[in-house]
Amino acid sequence: MNQSRLVIEAGKAEQHYWLDLWRYRELFYFLSWRDLLVRYKQTAIGVLWAVLRPVLTTAAFVIVFGRLAKMPSEGIPYPLLVFAGMLPWQFFSSALSEASNSLVLNANMISKIYFPRLIVPASSIIVALGDFFISLGILAAMMAFYRILPTWHLFLLIPFTGVAFLASFGAGLWLAALNVEYRDFRYVLPFIVQFGAYLSPVGFSSSIVPEKWRLLYSLNPMVGVIEGFRWAITGTPSLVYWPGFAVSLLLVALITLTGVWYFRKTERAFADVI
Amino acid sequence: MRDVLAAAPKRVWSRLSRKTLADPTREEFWAVQNLSFEIRQGEAVGIIGRNGAGKSTLLKLLSRITEPSTGRIEVDGRLASLLEVGTGFHPELTGRENVYLNGAILGMTRREIKSRFDEIVAFAEVERFLDTPVKRYSSGMYMRLAFAVAAHLEPEILVVDEVLAVGDMEFQKKCLGKMEDVSHGGRTVLFVSHNMDAILRLCSRVIHLAKGTVVDIGPTPAVVAKYLASQNEQSAVIEFQQTSPSDSLRRSAILLKAEWPSSETHSPWTIPYGDEISFVITVECREPIRAAELGVALYAPTGTEIASSTSILALPDLELSRGTHHFRVTYRGLKLVPHSYSFGVGLRSSFGMEDYYPKAFALDVVQSTESSITKVDGFLGYVVPDVDYALS
Repeated sequence: MNQSRLVIEAGKAEQHYWLDLWRYRELFYFLSWRDLLVRYKQTAIGVLWAVLRPVLTTAAFVIVFGRLAKMPSEGIPYPLLVFAGMLPWQFFSSALSEASNSLVLNANMISKIYFPRLIVPASSIIVALGDFFISLGILAAMMAFYRILPTWHLFLLIPFTGVAFLASFGAGLWLAALNVEYRDFRYVLPFIVQFGAYLSPVGFSSSIVPEKWRLLYSLNPMVGVIEGFRWAITGTPSLVYWPGFAVSLLLVALITLTGVWYFRKTERAFADVI
Repeated sequence: MRDVLAAAPKRVWSRLSRKTLADPTREEFWAVQNLSFEIRQGEAVGIIGRNGAGKSTLLKLLSRITEPSTGRIEVDGRLASLLEVGTGFHPELTGRENVYLNGAILGMTRREIKSRFDEIVAFAEVERFLDTPVKRYSSGMYMRLAFAVAAHLEPEILVVDEVLAVGDMEFQKKCLGKMEDVSHGGRTVLFVSHNMDAILRLCSRVIHLAKGTVVDIGPTPAVVAKYLASQNEQSAVIEFQQTSPSDSLRRSAILLKAEWPSSETHSPWTIPYGDEISFVITVECREPIRAAELGVALYAPTGTEIASSTSILALPDLELSRGTHHFRVTYRGLKLVPHSYSFGVGLRSSFGMEDYYPKAFALDVVQSTESSITKVDGFLGYVVPDVDYALS
C-alpha cells in the first residue's frame, strides 16, 4: 500500500497541482458537457438563440454605425465588417462573463469537493466556444451571400481565436478570483462588457482612430483580434495595425500569466471565503 | 493505510472582518489545533463532537478542500470524501446525466461509472425516471439517487460527513447497511455523525473532538458514553422558551418550567440507574381550561420516542383555574439503561393543543451499583423490563 502517499502540508499544494489538473481532466470534460447541455434547456427555440443574438446585435450595429453614422467600410460589405467584429467580441464577452461568474455559481461544489479550481473557469469558457462555432456557421453563410471567396487567410482565424480565448481566460481568472471575495465584481462585469462593445472596433473599422492614438487604442486586446478576424475573412492585411497587435499580445500574455498567478494564490482560501 | 495528522490547525478569519478590505482588527480563529491521531488500514473510525468542535474542518483538511495553515497529514491510498450527497447535481439534467456528472465530481472515471450504472440505478430505485430532469423528482428520489452514486464509490479511504440523514427510515436503513458493507469490506472509513446509533454500529474506534482538539479517543462504546454524559449540563430548574412561535398552539395555558428535585449526591437531571425518575412541571393558565391533559414523551439518545404518557388516566376531566399549577410526574418502575435521554412536554385542553416543547429537557441515566451487579451497562435497547424467567 505504498502506491500513492499523499502529504498535505501548508503551502505544499503547489507540487501536485499541475499533475492533479491532468488527473481531473474528465471532470473538466463533464463540467463543460453539463454547461453545454444546460445552456438552452427549457427555451422554446433552443439553440436558435445562439444564432439570433449575434445576428440581431449585428443588425443594430449596421444600422447605427453604417446607415446613420455612415462610417467607412474599407471596401467590405458593412454587415460583414460588423459581423467579423461581432464574432470574436461576443465570444470574448460571453467567455469572460461565464468565467467570472463560474466560481460563485459552483460555490457548492467548491466548498464540498477537492479538485483543481482552475477547471471551473476553464470549462465555463467551452460554452462560449460552442456559441462561437455556431456563429462561424453564420459567417460562412454571410460570406457565401456576399460572394467572398475564402483564401488561406481563413486559417488565421485559429491563432486569433486563440488570442481571444487567452484574453478572456486571463481576465476571467482575475475576475473570478476577485468575485469570490468581493462580489462587487459581479456588478463591474456588465459595465466592462457593455462599454467594451463600443470601445472595441465592433461596429466600425479601427482605421477611423487617429494614427497617434492607435497604439494606445491597442491596449484593448480585442482591437488586434477584431482586426485579425477581418483580415482573415477578407484577406486584406492593411486592416491589422501590427505595432498595436504586438502590444496586445504582450498584454494578453501578461494578463493570463498574472491571472493564473493570482488565481493560484487565492485558490486555497476559496472554500473558506466563498 | 496510515493517516497521521500532526498538529494540523487551520486558520479561519472571522466572517465579519472578511467583509472589510483592510481591517487591523481581524480576529484570529483556530478551527482545529493540536490534533494528532493515526488510523490504520481497514479501520472504521467515528468522529463526534458538538457543533463547532472542528469535525467538518477536519474533514475538509483531509479531503484537501481547504489547506492547513500548519501541520502535516499523510494519506496512503486513494481518498474520496463525501461531505454531502448530490454535490453538483444539476436540476435541469436528467437522472442519467446527473449520475455521470456526480460520479465525475466524486472522482470516478467514465468507465467506472458505466460499469456500475445499473447497480446505482437499482439501488436508488429510480429506473422509471432516468430520463426525467431531477428537478421533477420528489425530494426522496433525489436524495436516493444522490446517495446511490456516492455509495458506489470504491476508494481505499472514505471520508463521510453526516450523510445518512437522508430519505425515509427505510432508505436510511439501506444506507446504513451499505456503509456497514463498505467498512467491513476492508476499506478505511472516517465517519462524522451526530447519530450515535450509527456510530455504534459502524465504528470500532471513536475520536471525540471539542474546541478543535481531541478530548478522547478509544473504543466506541466507552467514548460515546462519556461524550453523551458530558453533553448535558443543566440547571435544576429549566424554564421553557418558545423559540419559534407556532400558530397551531393556542397558548392560553402555557408550560412554564420543569424542576428537578434537589439531590445532594447527583447533579440535576442525572440519576443513577434504578432510581425513580420524578420531576415537577409548572403550568400557567391565563384563562380557565377544561379537560386539561399533560403529556410527556421520553426519547432515546437517537431521537426515537420510547415511552409516551399523559395525565388523563390519573386525572380525568381535569379543570384548571386561572393561575399556576404544578404537576408532579413520576415514572414508577421504569429502569432505563445508562444513556442520555430527552423529554418532550405538551399540554392540551378541550380547545386543542395549548403548548408543546418537543425537546424540553434531558435526563442522564448513569451507572450505579445496581447496574453493575445486574450487568445492564452494556445492554442493547433502552428499557430494562421487570421480567420473570422460569423453567416450567
